[in-house]
Amino acid sequence: MNQISYANIARDGLWNNNPALVQILGLCPLLAVTNTVINGLGLGLATLLTLVLSNVTVSLIRNSVRPEIRIPVFVLVIASIVTAIELAMNAFFHELYKILGIFIPLIVTNCAIIARAEAFASKNAVVPSFVDGFTMGLGFTSVLVTLGALREALGQGTLFSHAHLMFGEAGKWMQVTLVEDYHGFLLAVLPPGAFIGLGLLIAVKNVIDARRKLQAAPAQIMTADAGATA
Amino acid sequence: MIIRYMLITAILLGVFAVVGTGMVAYTFDITAERIAINEREALLQSLHAIVPSALHDNDLPSDTITVKSKELLGTGKPVTVYRARKNGIPIAAILTPIAPDGYNGAIKLLVAISYQGDILGVRVISHRETPGLGDAIDKDKSDWVDDFRGHALANLGELGWHVKRDGGEFDQFTGATITPRAVVKAVYNSLQYFKAHRDELFVNSVNASGVEHESD
Repeated sequence: MNQISYANIARDGLWNNNPALVQILGLCPLLAVTNTVINGLGLGLATLLTLVLSNVTVSLIRNSVRPEIRIPVFVLVIASIVTAIELAMNAFFHELYKILGIFIPLIVTNCAIIARAEAFASKNAVVPSFVDGFTMGLGFTSVLVTLGALREALGQGTLFSHAHLMFGEAGKWMQVTLVEDYHGFLLAVLPPGAFIGLGLLIAVKNVIDARRKLQAAPAQIMTADAGATA
Repeated sequence: MIIRYMLITAILLGVFAVVGTGMVAYTFDITAERIAINEREALLQSLHAIVPSALHDNDLPSDTITVKSKELLGTGKPVTVYRARKNGIPIAAILTPIAPDGYNGAIKLLVAISYQGDILGVRVISHRETPGLGDAIDKDKSDWVDDFRGHALANLGELGWHVKRDGGEFDQFTGATITPRAVVKAVYNSLQYFKAHRDELFVNSVNASGVEHESD
């Protein structure tokens, strides 16, 4: 295995190859639970933990799994990890677990996880796989939290509402009411708001990327982009 | 040779399955007790929100009876009734009916009725009504459910047990009439059920869970 730069792995997970914004994976839970920051954070952290554990496990067993049964074994590993996390959340974050409901077991079907197992962890050593799982998970979580913040602020005029579900009573101070007596903006709370919000986030990312490229090599990009943007 | 290869592969898959299942079983084992406590506490908390702990001295989660009435309790399945007593005297019953005709499916309720037949409190346990419109039935979103408190069959009459648009006493929400209409109807039906079956509901056997009686 040639030397892999951890910085590159991290940059991939967090930005260049972000599972939510670039690979567009795991959309079902992403769109469904991001109506508040805390919901997004809860599902994001559960997904992150799953990604780290599954990447590490898959990497550890990568040499003893035969190619024919590779996929079923990965699925088995992921399903076991998610079920264990689900039980643990039910035990320690009962209220949050009730809110996130079906989306915790559905992490099993988040393509981002099996994609990382297959594309990265099954071919790399444990430490890079850990870093990959962690940064991919962090990338996914940050999108969930950003989208959650966007929708919560627009939809209910608050941020971090129900923080006590995750941080206990001490978390109550975190709730911020942005607009007093806000009547709510239904579109942001409903599923269309999730699609529009995610679309905007992807657009913002693309604009930033385009600007960066332009700054890096103005002359080259001008000619290359001419066809694409015309 | 191919057979041998297949066999080893199959065994390998089997081993992974056993290890994975073992891991889940172990997690289940160490979390089971904690989960049971959580569920019990969550239940107690929602029951105590409508029947304060000062009113009764029995253990609500274990003093239950299951009943069935598709017509009045909204489901053909057994419905749990929690019974509050003080010194053995019946104080209140908490019914768990379903309002089957919400805007977006069934709405699960807790309806606490005092022994005299007044509503002590109503809570929505689960619903899928439209956020921002129909979800005002949720105590977290608005105090609408408190409007039921203190009302009984007698003091409002049949017409009174409707939303205002239908000539009754209870507010509908802007943009959402179907949801409150369904809840009002379910609470009214619970009162009807309680009136018809009050004495059977309080049958004095503390461990009566599992006792069922049919009625329609």
